[in-house]
Amino acid sequence: MKINVNGQSREVDVAPDMPLLWVLRDELNIKGPKFGCGIAQCRACTVHLNGQPVPSCSLPVSAVGDGKITTIEGLGSPDAMSVVQAAWVEHQVAQCGYCQPGQIMTATALLSSNSNPSDDEIDTAMSANLCRCGTYPRIRAAIKTAASNIREIELLPTDAASAREGEAS
Amino acid sequence: MSKLGTITRRTFLFGSVAIAGGLGFGFYKYKQPIDNPLKADLADGSSALTPYLLIDQNGISIIVPRAEMGQGVQTTLAALVAEELDVTLDQVNVIHGPASAAYFNAAVLEEALPFSSIDTGTMANGMRKFVHVPAKLLGLQITGGSSSVADAYEKMRVSGAAARNVLVKAAAQQLGVSTSSLRTENGSVISSNGETISYLELAAAAGAIKPDSELQLKPRSAWKILGKSQNRIDIPAKSTGAAEFGIDVDLPNMVYASIRVNPSLGAAMNSYDASKAQSMRGVKKVVEIDNGVAVIASNTWYAFKAVNTIEFDWATADYPLDTAAHLKAVEDSFTSDNQDSQFRDDGDVEKALKNADQIISAEYKVPYLPHAPLEPMNATAWLHDGKLEVWAGTQIPTQAVKEAVKITGLEQSNIKIHTTLMGGSFGRRLEMDYIIQAIKVAVEMPDIPVKLTWTREEDMTHDNYRPIGIARFKAVVGDTGPTAIDLQLAGASVNASQMGRLGIPAAGPDIAIVQAAWDQPYGVENFRVTGYRVKNDFPVSSWRSVGSSQNGFFHESMMDEIAHSKNLDPMQMRIGLMTHEPSRKVLEAVAEMSGWGTDLAEGHARGVAFSLSFGVPAAEVIEIAIIDGKVKIVNAFAAVDVGTALDPRNIEAQVMGGLNFGLAAAIMGDISIKDGQIQETNFHQYRSMRFYQAPAVEVRVLENGDRIRGIGEPGTPPAAPALANAIFAATGQRIRELPLSKHIGFV
Repeated sequence: MKINVNGQSREVDVAPDMPLLWVLRDELNIKGPKFGCGIAQCRACTVHLNGQPVPSCSLPVSAVGDGKITTIEGLGSPDAMSVVQAAWVEHQVAQCGYCQPGQIMTATALLSSNSNPSDDEIDTAMSANLCRCGTYPRIRAAIKTAASNIREIELLPTDAASAREGEAS
Repeated sequence: MSKLGTITRRTFLFGSVAIAGGLGFGFYKYKQPIDNPLKADLADGSSALTPYLLIDQNGISIIVPRAEMGQGVQTTLAALVAEELDVTLDQVNVIHGPASAAYFNAAVLEEALPFSSIDTGTMANGMRKFVHVPAKLLGLQITGGSSSVADAYEKMRVSGAAARNVLVKAAAQQLGVSTSSLRTENGSVISSNGETISYLELAAAAGAIKPDSELQLKPRSAWKILGKSQNRIDIPAKSTGAAEFGIDVDLPNMVYASIRVNPSLGAAMNSYDASKAQSMRGVKKVVEIDNGVAVIASNTWYAFKAVNTIEFDWATADYPLDTAAHLKAVEDSFTSDNQDSQFRDDGDVEKALKNADQIISAEYKVPYLPHAPLEPMNATAWLHDGKLEVWAGTQIPTQAVKEAVKITGLEQSNIKIHTTLMGGSFGRRLEMDYIIQAIKVAVEMPDIPVKLTWTREEDMTHDNYRPIGIARFKAVVGDTGPTAIDLQLAGASVNASQMGRLGIPAAGPDIAIVQAAWDQPYGVENFRVTGYRVKNDFPVSSWRSVGSSQNGFFHESMMDEIAHSKNLDPMQMRIGLMTHEPSRKVLEAVAEMSGWGTDLAEGHARGVAFSLSFGVPAAEVIEIAIIDGKVKIVNAFAAVDVGTALDPRNIEAQVMGGLNFGLAAAIMGDISIKDGQIQETNFHQYRSMRFYQAPAVEVRVLENGDRIRGIGEPGTPPAAPALANAIFAATGQRIRELPLSKHIGFV
């Protein structure tokens, strides 16, 4: 079957019930989405399906269809970060860093639909993502900085290209 | 004898370099030449000037031989070398480097001694020096005990200074000038008339030069990197999905494995039926390994799925079969037969109790806890061309080499351990189980790299747990505070359990049973702390802050009870009892930060706790609100003293994280046993702190302590008692058992 990941169509030959996470990680070598629990309890595996955050560990690949999948790699790279990723660096959020791809994907989806979230809205959006290092206060600060930057440039970064465009404007 | 000879030949760090510094540190003199582990794999034209520095065509690499589990060690330790070398952190690559006895950790053993970490008496200091000898002989390259910074503080700066010294000498030879006319900056040597030669150009010549026998380290006033907050080197990759954790290792033609081991920990597998698994899609091989079965497949998920279809007949556990029986074993351990230590016995507690008009007393309990780092246990092993390579997140790479030798029979020189980034650890990756399994699977698949990944269920139920424990205290309280305390603590020995698994003898009392209880700097006329050892085979281990994790809760809940029994202010009582100046100052700081004593909104209350652990005094105040009878944590304040703060913002992060780790366990952390098996299998049952539950955390870092300390753990112990004490202040309910959610609801 074919799936669309980070703007590319990829052919995969796997069991239809294989969770998207393992297609990405072991078949396509896209390692940003992380395995933490396998039952959508930690959300380290979060990717976007048509812009919505989904736990890829619990989504059979056959359910993806022609939906557009975006992983953390699709947002930006160390040399060209998205606004949200840059805010994560600015606030020095990561400790072990294992949950952060999932946190960033969830935060990016939140900010894509609401560039001025309240604390309650941030709580609601982010509480599915587990962090064992306890970085939550810095995640909150980074989301607020990213929101402010997004409002300023009036641009919603869903991929590296738009982020770079934002920096250039 | 021959073995000892081999070890001692391999264990020197600085060659004949001796360092006299202006900072009051010791005088290093290692009499035998260094065996630099970097020289084994050195390409032509590369120089490994010290075990911590490699200069080759790719540039300057600093070796930080400590595990990056999230504590920022790769950045802070690289900064030690960079500071003295005169390079910036963005000019260097930082790598973990090989497993080698040269990277032994002496500081970690210092904390295992029966001396208070702030005891600077002759005996205590003498013993601390003495353990450097066994540390060197053990050659244990270990990350733990908040010891990395203390261990590296001098030796990695010395390493940078020695390298700079020979680079300057090489430049002096090349230019025909004296070394005193040269200065260094940003990775170059610069002459008085402005000629600039980069270190890269000088490295080959410098490699042949011996450093001066005395080197001067920079005074603190000259630091450019140290003492200032740095951008962590690992954060850009960790924010973009580019960071490679153990679970992300990818090798050509790699296959994927998973395993199921007897959930009765340590017990045998009687039989199994894998006939269904054998024929499932993607499955390549089924192998029997260490009380369990591994499935090797073409994708991790095929391996997970196949493992789930295997039917097992498991042997029964050798330890008590349910939580109640474990608790009973702890209750029954308060006997003279089981007494493990009595490191503190000030005054005459018996007499004081006997003569007292009134005695307060209570019993406290804590449950087993898992480490549950978010990256499940995994390791990749590849047996090829008479060599074994292993990729794993491990806190003891030298032990992984030993295990590999045992399993494969290969010479140590044919074993290579690649220590990866770790998705958390909290003490879990001190164990070898997952690495041993991966090597055994690789032996079954010669020439093919195999990545073994545990399911979360395997991880949660096959941990080595923070021990279940009970504390009992009796106290006599006077007008300003306690006049007598008898504190008894019972739990299993983490040290005996862990060292047993590593094959290292662990004689004598286990300080972890009484850590952060016997050694607290409160002046109490009659004060006795007794440790009792629970003896059974249930595997226990170091969990972030080790014994301090439960004893902080016991001790500081007790102090709160003592204060409230005479209507004393729990903050002022503690400050009044302090005999250690830096400890008193962290309490005063946290009182000021939290507005202690000032009015709060209706339904709000504060609790305070203090723990001295790993040499770091840490005081925390938790402010809560009671909303519809439920607890909401509103704010947290922490003041810590690390002696010398190398990277303030990272220290703040570690205290914030440690505090939240402590709160998470205090609120809801609980592991239970039934029929010998762990009942909580995943994060829906072993719950952890969520975003909405995390308070704002304000941290202040002080530097009044006498020497530099690490900060990965000390933020954890005061969190649980500060919260429990706040709950008492708000509700009058004294909760004497963790997790607190057994007794009160949380928002």
